[in-house]
Amino acid sequence: MLYIILVFAPLLGAIVAGLFGRIIGDRASQLVTCGLMGVAALCSVIGLFSTIGAEPFKVPLFTWINVATFEADWALRIDALSGVMMFVVSFISCLIHIYSIGYMSHDKSIPRFMSYLSLFTFAMLMLVTSDNLVQLFFGWEGVGVASYLLIGFWYTKPSACAAAIKAFLVNRVGDIGLMLGIASCYLLFDSVQYDVIFGAAGAMAGTTVIVFGAEFDALTLTAILLFIGAMGKSAQLGLHTWLPDAMEGPTPVSALIHAATMVTAGVFLVARFSPVFEHAPTALALVTFIGASTAIFAATIGLTQFDIKRVIAYSTCSQLGYMFFACGVGAYSAGIFHLYTHAFFKALLFLGAGSVIHAMSDEQDMRKMGGIWRKIPVTYTVMWIGTLALVGFPLTAGYFSKDAIIEAAWASHNSFHLYAFWMGVTAAVLTAFYSGRLIFMTFHGECRASEHVQSHIHESPLVMTAPLGILALGALFAGMAGVGMIAADGGWWNGAIFTGPDNHVLHDLHEVGFWVKAAPFIAMVIGLGLSWLFYIRMPEMPARVASAFRPLYLFFLNKWYFDELYDRIFVQPAKAIGYGLWRGGDMGIIDRFGPDGVAASAWSTAKRTARLQTGFVYHYAFAMLIGVALLVTWYLLVGRG
Amino acid sequence: MSDWPLLSLVTFLPLVGAAFILLIRGDTAVVAQNSRSVALWTALVTFLLSLLVLGNFDSSQAGFQLVEKRSWLLGFGIDYHMGVDGISLWFVLLSTLLTVIVIIGSWHSVQDRVKEYMIAFLVMDTLMVGVFCALDLVLFYIFFEGILIPMYLIIGIWGGARRIYASFKFFLYTLLGSVLFLVAILVMYLQAGTTDIPTLMATEFAPGLQRWLWLALFASFAVKVPMWPFHTWLPDAHVEAPTAGSVLLAGVLLKLGGYGFLRFSLPMLPDASAYFAPLVYTLSIIAVIYTSLVALMQTDMKKLIAYSSVAHMGIVTIGIFTPNALGIQGSIIQMLSHGIVSGALFMVVGVVYDRIHSRDIERYGGLAERMPAYALVFMIFMLASVGLPGTSGFVGEVLVLVGIFQTNSWVALFATSGMVLGAAYMLWLYRRTIFGALTKDDLKLIKDMRPNEVIAFAPLLILVFAMGIYPAFFLDPMAASVENLLVQIGASPATDLALH
Repeated sequence: MLYIILVFAPLLGAIVAGLFGRIIGDRASQLVTCGLMGVAALCSVIGLFSTIGAEPFKVPLFTWINVATFEADWALRIDALSGVMMFVVSFISCLIHIYSIGYMSHDKSIPRFMSYLSLFTFAMLMLVTSDNLVQLFFGWEGVGVASYLLIGFWYTKPSACAAAIKAFLVNRVGDIGLMLGIASCYLLFDSVQYDVIFGAAGAMAGTTVIVFGAEFDALTLTAILLFIGAMGKSAQLGLHTWLPDAMEGPTPVSALIHAATMVTAGVFLVARFSPVFEHAPTALALVTFIGASTAIFAATIGLTQFDIKRVIAYSTCSQLGYMFFACGVGAYSAGIFHLYTHAFFKALLFLGAGSVIHAMSDEQDMRKMGGIWRKIPVTYTVMWIGTLALVGFPLTAGYFSKDAIIEAAWASHNSFHLYAFWMGVTAAVLTAFYSGRLIFMTFHGECRASEHVQSHIHESPLVMTAPLGILALGALFAGMAGVGMIAADGGWWNGAIFTGPDNHVLHDLHEVGFWVKAAPFIAMVIGLGLSWLFYIRMPEMPARVASAFRPLYLFFLNKWYFDELYDRIFVQPAKAIGYGLWRGGDMGIIDRFGPDGVAASAWSTAKRTARLQTGFVYHYAFAMLIGVALLVTWYLLVGRG
Repeated sequence: MSDWPLLSLVTFLPLVGAAFILLIRGDTAVVAQNSRSVALWTALVTFLLSLLVLGNFDSSQAGFQLVEKRSWLLGFGIDYHMGVDGISLWFVLLSTLLTVIVIIGSWHSVQDRVKEYMIAFLVMDTLMVGVFCALDLVLFYIFFEGILIPMYLIIGIWGGARRIYASFKFFLYTLLGSVLFLVAILVMYLQAGTTDIPTLMATEFAPGLQRWLWLALFASFAVKVPMWPFHTWLPDAHVEAPTAGSVLLAGVLLKLGGYGFLRFSLPMLPDASAYFAPLVYTLSIIAVIYTSLVALMQTDMKKLIAYSSVAHMGIVTIGIFTPNALGIQGSIIQMLSHGIVSGALFMVVGVVYDRIHSRDIERYGGLAERMPAYALVFMIFMLASVGLPGTSGFVGEVLVLVGIFQTNSWVALFATSGMVLGAAYMLWLYRRTIFGALTKDDLKLIKDMRPNEVIAFAPLLILVFAMGIYPAFFLDPMAASVENLLVQIGASPATDLALH
């Protein structure tokens, strides 16, 4: 019952605020949605403690799709993994609901916004509690739609609409993989239920299957297909282009959906399917490679961006890469641990950035900020806390999870583990650099904003700073509190995350040498030091470096030209082909030689025999007559014979 | 109750209503108002009676139920034979429901020749129900072909500017199919000595003959579906048809093709169906991808939705020829969903067309500002069309895609990629009409939906969610019949594992 309330309270809030928001008004919509989210958050705390180390169980709701052996029911799967996820989702979402009261106070569609936020939370909870792949897909698409609605929340802005559609479509490309992954699971296991799949995965290891005309290892194929889905949702290299654009949405949305929860769904999927991935080493190698590459790739772009939200967005993309390669090297629990700590400090950074944007009269360009730390001290403090957690300052949340991931990469035996290790360490330097750059450009130095904006700079109201404070506490202490997740015995999970008998990475990561343990710390010091040097000590340095390495700088600044590339090879051709098929195929070929050609010759006769308005009826009746005549003739023939 | 000829009642009651409307006399306004009322009441009672059909239907049985059989053309072995099974049941309900909805939907929008308009729709109702209940080939053929007459009239009299071209094109496509279908009927009659459908299902035709018969039937059904490249009549017919005509065209008439494959091609000609399955797959994949790309570039809202219908029906034809339980049940539910969703989308276009008299996408933009309820309704049907889980559009799609993956993974891959394109054109349509800034002057005064429009949409909205959240209600009654069909065609109901 607890879990049913947890999952469905946000849905109720979404329905009330969405359908009746105009009637009950802004204030009531906020109260209803925040209140119900509060209930859900409370339930999730209880749920978190009662699921640690507990046996998994299932809360059945009712039948959904049931055809032959394809049985997908509505049901909630409760175990330690969904417990952690439910906690992260409900807790962060509750804080962001509250923050939104302040942040969106000048907006004219408050009920709609609150409704979408709650709808998102419901879909996300359905995703993490799913008991079968089809329900997972329900949550998966549900969060996608909520994300689409929220990115395009300011629907009169063309850029917001474009970003919303882009997010949905790029995700759909990943969904091809997920959908085929579901089909592949059903082919292999004759079921889409987790219980059945996970129970039989071990026995299926080494089986091959002929798909797409070639012979594949069955589990590797399934795992890779599922991972393609995860890449779309979690904005991994190649399918990442939607995430930075998604920053068009209001900032609370960026914090909740595009940092703390939805984008981590891919990591959750890989961890949930650890029983399958563990038996598919090739797939794990791919996960490691993509994850590590994304970590470094996104960090390089983060170095050059000027939009405060985009810097954090690329940082998210990069951190998601860390989570993936943690899973790839077999340390799924370290990936989930980082997911959990990251949710706190990244939501904090986004909301802090939101507070800055709020103070600067909706300015997002860091080149037009600077020197404002005295005017918004609370925001400044929490931004520092978030930054320290992100760069992995000792004893903050990020320190525990990120270091564990880097050490696990070293200790693993995956074929890409050293690649992951070095990319992880290098990305840590870059992370520290762009984080320091963000703080220094935004808060220190001369203020570069206009007089008008400067005169309006103010600290945010309590309804916004209180959630910031709670998240800051999380960013400081969540790591310590959750370190049991990566205990070598896996007792926290009680089988919710599966690791093979040969997988000792959680144990081995404690055995690595001193310099491996020190590497992330050194990386952090170098990165922060460099950013201090560049943006405080010698402010002329960034321009000098940028011009010295101009091609590289432009390459990073233009995000490795992915958008331009995709536009050329997918978007433009699709439009051109569509136009060509319509004009050339439908009209030029099919119609010309088909109906129009016939029509042209038949038309003159038709014109003579009938008025235009009734010509078609006449023709039709004529055809019927011929038909009946044939029929009657046939009867007569048969009747005689 | 079970002694009543329930199916005949449902079938012919609308005809009685039409006869009553014929008798209405008086001045134009009175006639119009009375015709509307009679039509609505007739359609409503017919729908309620069709609910009785559902109530009396036994889901556990595979065969035909509520069967009525009377001698008709004595000496020829042709009977008046009616009955429903799990495959046809829902189509009967879909037809009666959509008739009620289009009558409500055109309450205000049709002011010209209301009497004839209502008669045409009631006659349509009779023919649509009849075609799904007929268990005799000759009876089926009469309904199947007769249905086009009121449709022609609806397009031709209440249609748009290029209605003659549209209906002529439709006629040309259908003509070939009709003649070949008739020939096929004659050949089957010659072979089996009867036109009784259940008997024909049990008849085994020689493999060589099966292929010819299959092609003849295919010519007729492929045009109805419509399958690529027989689809070009559809966009024109839809564009020129009045809203209500488009709704029934997309909602019910397109289903005749799919129903025909399920009722005739698959059970009567199983060898040929297996032989030609790759052809169907190929044409369907082309339909899914080709028409989605074409839809992307449309500037006319109705044309866009018409092309999307072709793409969605491509998924249906893939599912039918999987042939396994997932694919077939998926394609049936996909047809039902498409009937509701695309019908609703044509009504959505109709709402703004009634106000602005343009279907040009460029003419709109920023409607969310003035029409929030409309924006919500449009959003829901748009997402259902895209196949969002939780709406009706998803269930059929996932079943067909998973089903076809068991048979042919390449087909599954291509069909799945249609998911992306399908989302692209629908989202873009929505963005260009509903989102954006409200700049056009005449849109600044546009009014949100009227009560009759809301009433017409309400049942469709409920169904979209009901079928999406609890599809088991719709899937269970068809399970036994589909299982039976699979046994008939000799495919094992369980999936074949291609494992090594």
